Amino acid sequence: MDLDFAQIVPYIPFIFEGIKVTLLVTLISVVLGFIWGSILALIKISKLGPLNWFAVAYTSVFRGTPLILQLSFVYFATPQLTGYIISAFEAAIITFTLNSGAYISETIRGGIMAVDKGQWEAAKALGVPYRRMMFDIILPQGVKHILPALVNETIALLKESALVSTIGLADILKNSNVVVGTTYRYFEPFLIAGMIYYVMVMILTWVARGVERRMRRSD
Amino acid sequence: MIKVDQITKSFGQLQVLKGISTQIGKGEVVAIIGPSGSGKSTLLRCINLMEEPTSGSIFINGQEITDPKANVMKIRQQIGMVFQHFHLFPHMTVLNNLTYAPIKVKGLSKSEAEKKAKELLERVGLADKADAYPSRLSGGQKQRVAIARSLVMEPDIMLFDEPTSALDPEMVKEVLEVMKGLAHTGMTMAIVTHEMRFAEEVADRILFIDAGRLVEEASPAEFFMRPTSERAKQFLEKVR
Repeated sequence: MDLDFAQIVPYIPFIFEGIKVTLLVTLISVVLGFIWGSILALIKISKLGPLNWFAVAYTSVFRGTPLILQLSFVYFATPQLTGYIISAFEAAIITFTLNSGAYISETIRGGIMAVDKGQWEAAKALGVPYRRMMFDIILPQGVKHILPALVNETIALLKESALVSTIGLADILKNSNVVVGTTYRYFEPFLIAGMIYYVMVMILTWVARGVERRMRRSD
Repeated sequence: MIKVDQITKSFGQLQVLKGISTQIGKGEVVAIIGPSGSGKSTLLRCINLMEEPTSGSIFINGQEITDPKANVMKIRQQIGMVFQHFHLFPHMTVLNNLTYAPIKVKGLSKSEAEKKAKELLERVGLADKADAYPSRLSGGQKQRVAIARSLVMEPDIMLFDEPTSALDPEMVKEVLEVMKGLAHTGMTMAIVTHEMRFAEEVADRILFIDAGRLVEEASPAEFFMRPTSERAKQFLEKVR
């Protein structure tokens, strides 16, 4: 078997540099996606006619087309349509935010619907305005129910972020590919990339368990 | 003061309230009783617009809450409501359950709200539970917290929707004691209940509802001793 990690060792720090981009894209997109998804979810449970229709159609389109196509659209079609030369990083953030927002909105909607109707009534009876009720009473309880689903979404996004290598962003996968190109060795760089992703996912899972435990304090 | 004028309520084809009118005066304690499914809870829930009546009007302290232009939120602040299943906010401590609305709705400072909240917890005998989460409380304790949570908003009127129906028998008394104490402070109260002895003892007036109609309206002494309607006689025979 032809295995030689010694050749790769000098390039390992270079692959590790990709972590920064992978993490940045994931974290920014997940935070923005959560905000955007919450807005979409609130629109969906409201009775705002056309807006409501828009949110449903939006979710359907973003869940119904390949992510890599959406990324290509934003990165390559934006300059053609608007003349604005979009950077790969901007394109990545925009695409992943729009995409995860669609998925997260459904999760959040489910979480909101799962909150006991009595909570809405108790808040109403106390004279709490709708918006305050949503943000202080309903959403915190809804999010608690869906925390595991949100972690899954974040993990999925972390892994899918590898797609940004196709538009030239220097993430973990892209840098591994560069090493492949320089050394003509495939197994070792990809193995290292895989290990980095796996460890990151494990850390995320571990952090999420801790958060979940803390949120369940009130049970 | 509450004035209910010709209230009807339908859920789809089913007419639950068939034209009910009554008044509840300031400081009066009224028990609403009747068989299951008679519409008594729906009537109570119409008073603060938890249910929107299909027709008719309701006045709270002279303001019409059923007026489409009415500021329902504002009027609701004058009415406290206690539910069968408590509906405490599970993600907040007992103290925060009490201080949330005064701070966020009425704009009280945190220290003012906490001072009032602690007084009320004292009054319902739960001062030591201020920092506990609702899940750590018994049903009776939860309901006493729920009552305190309503009272901290200083309502003029308190509505009770079967406040003891979800409780284990040994916890009913502690809740009824709190309500009795409240009745003695001159609070205007409307109580949907199955506790006949409590109704007889505490209420100034009984409303007997059956099949969506107000069948009988009398003082407890009269109602329990000499019910006039056939339906009330049958009902009382069954429950006593």
